[in-house]
Amino acid sequence: MATGHEAATSAPNAGEYVLHHLGNLNSSGHPQTSMVDFSIINYDTVFFSAALGVIGLFLLWRVARVATSGVPGRAQAALEILIEMVGNQAKAIVHNEQSRKFVAPLALTVFVWVFLMNSMDFLPVDLLPFLWQTITGNPHAYLRVVPTADLNGTLGLSVGVLLLCFFYNIKIKGLGGWIHELFTAPFGNHPLLYLPNFVMQLIEFTAKTVSHGMRLFGNMYAGELLFLLIALMGMAFPSMSPFGGSLLWLGHLVTGTLWALFHIFIVVLQAFIFMMLTLVYLGQAHESH
Amino acid sequence: MYLNATLLAQITVFIILALFTMKYVWPPIVKALDERAAKISEGLAEAERGRQSLALAAKHSAETMREGKEKVADMIAQAEKRADQIIEEAKVQARIEAEKVVAAAKSEIEQEAARMRESLRGRVADLAVAGAEKILRREVDAKAHAEMLAAIKQDL
Repeated sequence: MATGHEAATSAPNAGEYVLHHLGNLNSSGHPQTSMVDFSIINYDTVFFSAALGVIGLFLLWRVARVATSGVPGRAQAALEILIEMVGNQAKAIVHNEQSRKFVAPLALTVFVWVFLMNSMDFLPVDLLPFLWQTITGNPHAYLRVVPTADLNGTLGLSVGVLLLCFFYNIKIKGLGGWIHELFTAPFGNHPLLYLPNFVMQLIEFTAKTVSHGMRLFGNMYAGELLFLLIALMGMAFPSMSPFGGSLLWLGHLVTGTLWALFHIFIVVLQAFIFMMLTLVYLGQAHESH
Repeated sequence: MYLNATLLAQITVFIILALFTMKYVWPPIVKALDERAAKISEGLAEAERGRQSLALAAKHSAETMREGKEKVADMIAQAEKRADQIIEEAKVQARIEAEKVVAAAKSEIEQEAARMRESLRGRVADLAVAGAEKILRREVDAKAHAEMLAAIKQDL
């Protein structure tokens, strides 16, 4: 059993510290062992993603509720910039007025929500887990605070986009039309090509969805891991000689700051990329081959 | 890297959040943006109209000014012409009047002269008779020679 965050008597070694941080607070009470197990649910991912989504949208709603066509306040101006940006991207990618009524707000939701979930990385890696362990009184309690560093969180989003792609494929082309396209595109309409076409389409949908979710997950997971390693460097300083220890402490400070600054960029960029790919995939669902 | 039921929860939350945004966040802002764009374009059109009417008014006033000036110049010219005419008329009138006066004076003078001549004629005859009377006092009887004297008087 991992020792977790105990006091100086039995400090966790580096591997245990990292592994403990990568364990979700789930319904089984211990980190999941099998790759896929739908009887387990991660409470922390669900809680933080839902809470961030609700808080974020509540703030947007507060602004939108009192929106005026006269002189806008600062909050409204900021939201207008955001909406113009998303709206223009949606207009350029999804060529269907009716669909845009849902797709554009969807893209805005994705951007704001993913941005907020990614931003959880800016909190000190041990802050919320430590609070949780103190509240529950269990020094081994698990908690992961970045929902997008959990594959379920990002794949949940990308599978949601996949389902919407199916929905729009059927809505725009009709069920028959879409099935026809599945077997006749991309290589052409010939009985011999039906199977290769269908296989190609399956690969395409799978690749899109997996890469969509994995890209965000990989970035945020790596970011979180790096913060953990930086934290480990700082934690090692009492065990070293005063000089080496102070160097480690300084290293923690410098690298932590640099990585946090760089991570601001990654957080926004990944949220933007995720939104753009959402629009692109939904746009493709509107186009016939 | 472990998949579990969180995935399904995430999909549900995702769709709910997107629907909320579609219903309560997106439309008010887009409506405000569209309304503001309409207001701005209306304002610009209004300004353009204002500018045009201003230019029109300026042109109109310039035209009125020019017309007024022309009218004034006309009036002055006419007045000058009229004044010249009046002067000319007055001159002519004066000349006629002067001529009349001169003519009247002349005729008066002539009449006076004629009258004088008449009276002189009378006096000369009288004087001649008186002279002759003195000469002929003794030998001429006035009554006997009256016929001859009247003939002389006529010749004078």
